[in-house]
Amino acid sequence: MLLAALDWHILWQRIFHPDHVFVLALWRTIYISVLAQVLGVVLGLIFAFMRMSRFLPLRLLSGLYVLIFRGTPLIVQIFFVYFGANLLFGFNLIPRTVDFGLFHMDGAAFAGIIALGLNEGAYMREIIRAGIDAVDTGQMEAAKSLGMPHRIAMRRVVLPQATRFIIPPLGNEFNSMMKNSSLVFFIGVTELFGDAEIRYSTTFKPVEYFLAVAFWYLVLTSVWSVIQAQIERKLAVSERGDELSFRERVFEAWAPVSAWGRGAR
Amino acid sequence: MTEDGNVMFAEDVHKSFGRLAVLKGISLTVKNGERVCIIGASGSGKSTFLRCINHLEKIDSGRIEVNGHLIGYREEKGRIVEDTENNIARQRCEIGMVFQRFNLFPHMTALENIIEAPVRVRKISKPVAVKEGEALLARVGLADKRNVYPGKLSGGQQQRVAIARALAMKPALMLFDEPTSALDPEVIGEVLDVMKALAFEMGTTMIVVTHEMGFAREAADRVVMMDDGRIIEEGPPAHFFDNPREDRTKQFLSKIL
Repeated sequence: MLLAALDWHILWQRIFHPDHVFVLALWRTIYISVLAQVLGVVLGLIFAFMRMSRFLPLRLLSGLYVLIFRGTPLIVQIFFVYFGANLLFGFNLIPRTVDFGLFHMDGAAFAGIIALGLNEGAYMREIIRAGIDAVDTGQMEAAKSLGMPHRIAMRRVVLPQATRFIIPPLGNEFNSMMKNSSLVFFIGVTELFGDAEIRYSTTFKPVEYFLAVAFWYLVLTSVWSVIQAQIERKLAVSERGDELSFRERVFEAWAPVSAWGRGAR
Repeated sequence: MTEDGNVMFAEDVHKSFGRLAVLKGISLTVKNGERVCIIGASGSGKSTFLRCINHLEKIDSGRIEVNGHLIGYREEKGRIVEDTENNIARQRCEIGMVFQRFNLFPHMTALENIIEAPVRVRKISKPVAVKEGEALLARVGLADKRNVYPGKLSGGQQQRVAIARALAMKPALMLFDEPTSALDPEVIGEVLDVMKALAFEMGTTMIVVTHEMGFAREAADRVVMMDDGRIIEEGPPAHFFDNPREDRTKQFLSKIL
């Protein structure tokens, strides 16, 4: 009965014959997730270093950042950035459209990336800090005993080794990011979920469209988890000891991702 | 080195971890080319004192000078304040340190470990640093391991690379913090041989915290006995091992020899 009520044709079309509107929506979901994740990692690094700073104000600022962005709902942050930021700062912080030459997006997508990135940065700060803490303290001592200032010791000795601890949770964060990016529909970005919602509102066929969009999210997260497993497997293999340096192993591990990216384009 | 030939000068050094007093007034002078071995039971503060010399630990009071420069602190209008990080880093260039657990950088090859600080800190050009690094590897008997990562080296080999890494900065003073304590018995000899070569052939000034009494007897100019945060006895090894003055030293030696 229930299955008979499904319009199988719509579901079939959505999955096997996606139209160009849908493809654009899929592309938006991908670039919003990737750019927000990159922003999150950069912010996470900056705030992780502020957290370790000798200056109390920087440490407090870093704590406040995590307190706010982990302590309030993501959807509130997205609305605040999109609707509130321009009013609050008195100038157009979020432009109507953002143009990077070949690539342009509208202001809502830009605001969404900023908000998702800001939120992600709070979680990345904790992940990066834990990764740095996991590196044996003897490494920093050895670097310092050789006369390296803290900055160089961090960049050349500690961070490369922290990467190993940061990469697995970073992969999980990106998985969440792809799903959370659906929230930017509420500020008017037609990404995957937005596309489904618009189709539903014109056809009143929620089951077909939301089932189809769930399927596509599942494709995204599944493809990512295969890539992630590949990366982690390669990092683990090298831990058992081969002739590659850790730097080379990280590069190797990411190589299939870039190959995949080239293939997709 | 100062005019009177002192490389290291420590005066009334005190250090506590919380309520636990670890160093209770250490004074020690080490002259250029001198080899000093510090012995004592674990918990006597010998490693902590060594770590104070290159300011890996902050001291509570007293003063430590290397080459006549106050370490970790500077005098400002009669008061002593902690020095800036860059100044401390610069001072540490003159003080090599070898750790019990080697602490080689696992993501770099043996040669990369050695040239990292000379290139990044001393700003020596890479070809020159590589040449010197290869010479150092040859000196510690590991010329064929230049492109091998620490994970593939035995403990003894890792420690020899660590010694070469410290020497690459051409320090005025070398500190060894129980360099053989984490090693399998069969490879201790190869590390001690490298250290003896440093002492006898290069005349390196060194302070060695060790439990290797054979090494102390053979290579040290002076042996220092620490107990409960104080230096209780010091002297040339012949006197020290054959005629110890203090009861505490006799007890310790009878247990360890």
